[in-house]
Amino acid sequence: MLSIKNLNVKLEDEDKQILKGVNLEVEAGKVHAIMGPNGSGKSTLSYVLSGKDGYEVTEGSATLDADDLLDMEPEERAAAGLFLAFQYPVEIPGVGNMTFLRTAVNAQRKARGEEEMSAAEFLKVVRAKAKDLKIDADMLKRPVNMGFSGGEKKRNEILQMAMLEPKMCILDETDSGLDVDAMKLVAEGVNALRTEGRGFLVITHYQRLLDHIKPDVVHIMANGRIVKTGGPELALEVENNGYADILAEVA
Amino acid sequence: MTAVAEKTNPTEALISGRDGAAKGWSKAARADALARLRAMGVPERRDEYWKYTRPDTLTQAGAPEAAVFESDEAPIFDGVDSLKLVFVDGVFDTEASDDLALEGLTIERLETAQSDLHWARDVYGVLEANGQTPVARPLATLNTALATDGILIHVTDKVSKPVNLIYHHKSNTSDAILHHCIKLDAGTELTVLENGPAAARLNMVTEVEVADTASFNHVRAQGRDHERRAATHMFARLGTESNFKSFTLTVNGVLTRNEAVIELTGDDAKAHIAGACVGDGAFHHDDTVFITHDAVNCESRQVFKKVLRNGAVGVFQGKILVKADAQKTDGYQISQSLLLDDDSQFLAKPELEIYADDVICSHGSTSGAIDEDALFYLRARGISHGEATDLLTLSFLAEAVEEIEADALKDVILERLTGWLARRRG
Repeated sequence: MLSIKNLNVKLEDEDKQILKGVNLEVEAGKVHAIMGPNGSGKSTLSYVLSGKDGYEVTEGSATLDADDLLDMEPEERAAAGLFLAFQYPVEIPGVGNMTFLRTAVNAQRKARGEEEMSAAEFLKVVRAKAKDLKIDADMLKRPVNMGFSGGEKKRNEILQMAMLEPKMCILDETDSGLDVDAMKLVAEGVNALRTEGRGFLVITHYQRLLDHIKPDVVHIMANGRIVKTGGPELALEVENNGYADILAEVA
Repeated sequence: MTAVAEKTNPTEALISGRDGAAKGWSKAARADALARLRAMGVPERRDEYWKYTRPDTLTQAGAPEAAVFESDEAPIFDGVDSLKLVFVDGVFDTEASDDLALEGLTIERLETAQSDLHWARDVYGVLEANGQTPVARPLATLNTALATDGILIHVTDKVSKPVNLIYHHKSNTSDAILHHCIKLDAGTELTVLENGPAAARLNMVTEVEVADTASFNHVRAQGRDHERRAATHMFARLGTESNFKSFTLTVNGVLTRNEAVIELTGDDAKAHIAGACVGDGAFHHDDTVFITHDAVNCESRQVFKKVLRNGAVGVFQGKILVKADAQKTDGYQISQSLLLDDDSQFLAKPELEIYADDVICSHGSTSGAIDEDALFYLRARGISHGEATDLLTLSFLAEAVEEIEADALKDVILERLTGWLARRRG
């Protein structure tokens, strides 16, 4: 589904290479996790895939099924089914969360040539999905992410994911800033979305999120490339021994 | 003075050939204003108070031509149950207006109000004259001297609905001078809605006397005509425990100068004045505000937001003056611009002048581009660049719109604004 081949990326304004030949295939229905030390390029990979400014792809490709992601605007990638759950969701004063969600859902539907969701239908769906994530009416009414706690912001990301029903979900450090209970809630939200047709790429520092969102494949990223790939046991190895052993082993 | 010199004097050139409706009760005030105007002269570019806005097209003898904007929309407040009063190019349109009658208030045309014992005698030109220090406002004085039409509202009791002044612009060269006086007796409430571009060139003065414990709410939308010019003044005097709230939305207009001169004269009074404007291209918008605290424990808020692009210019001159006896004053002033490109400009001159020692006054002014992180966040959810920019534009303007007292009116403003932004995006 998501196919990344020899992806090389540098910063646009600096002569600094961040990704140095990333190869990755995420199949539909599978959860892949990427772990790695700080500065290994994990977040950059998520930004480049979703189309953030400031990066220059010098070599390689990234496709989502038949779509060449790197050739598309961020909103086109979203309409094609790519979703990034942000590490730091942005606060937007003055724009109601509901307005934002509905605008996003309908913008994607429109881009795909589908009919827009009516206000009544939208309200029904969003209420049901919000309830599962313990997001109350007040959080839906408030401006986007304004005054939300860390956990509320991440739950709001998952709500957006649930509403937009993407085929490929990237979760960037979704566990950061979450206590155990909040992490469980977020993980349950993600697990509820695991279906045969949907792929996940979960980026995390720590193994603990992967206790709740069980991955099929675990990759270790270091210095701009994927240095080791294995099963869930690889995450446990990191948990027990840190990255040093693995990095020494592949060096 | 020789005849030649008189002809070239810009003040005389502007006065020449105009005749205010100098009947009965307002005659003395008009004569006084004319003398004051001659003494101070019209604003000139070298005047400090006009440093950021060129006054020449506002003071030249005739109105510069302004094409009429063909709109297919109903006037913005048509959906609000109100007493509707219509002016076309600055002239009251009796046919198009509701009857001048509403329970709880008396309402008359400036043009035809005759009584020699008229209450407006104590308001007309009085608040305007009072607002001439420490800074001269000659365009307002000109208005007092030469206004040709306007509305006089005296609120004496409970009023069931707002008064909506609707201004149509139909002639390319119309030059309107409108003067409204509003007096709220103690404990009364009134909402005044205003909408439309009024004329090719508009000079408008509104004087509002808010007695003790009375509340005045004002929401204004200045129409979408691109080429029209407007210089407006709102003079307000607030009594004890009174409330005053005014919000103005400006979209388009080649030149707008909105001045507000508010004096808090009774303890525990509150004055909120806010403006949101969206300018694109040939657009110059100036908010000039002067708030005087002259009583104890009063609150004032100024919230002005401007979105500018394609060379549009925004100006803010705002002052809070706290007199020595105005202890426990709470003053707040914020002026911000969102510059959507490098060609646009925001000029701000925030001022505080405080003589009391037990006050809270804060002010801030910022200029910034659109938040790239927020823009990416919205786009990553599938919202197009244009629509995301509009959402962030609305987000930026929200603090000013929030100052509108009634939620229903807030929604009316936001809905229109959203629609206009979407249309412009095409």
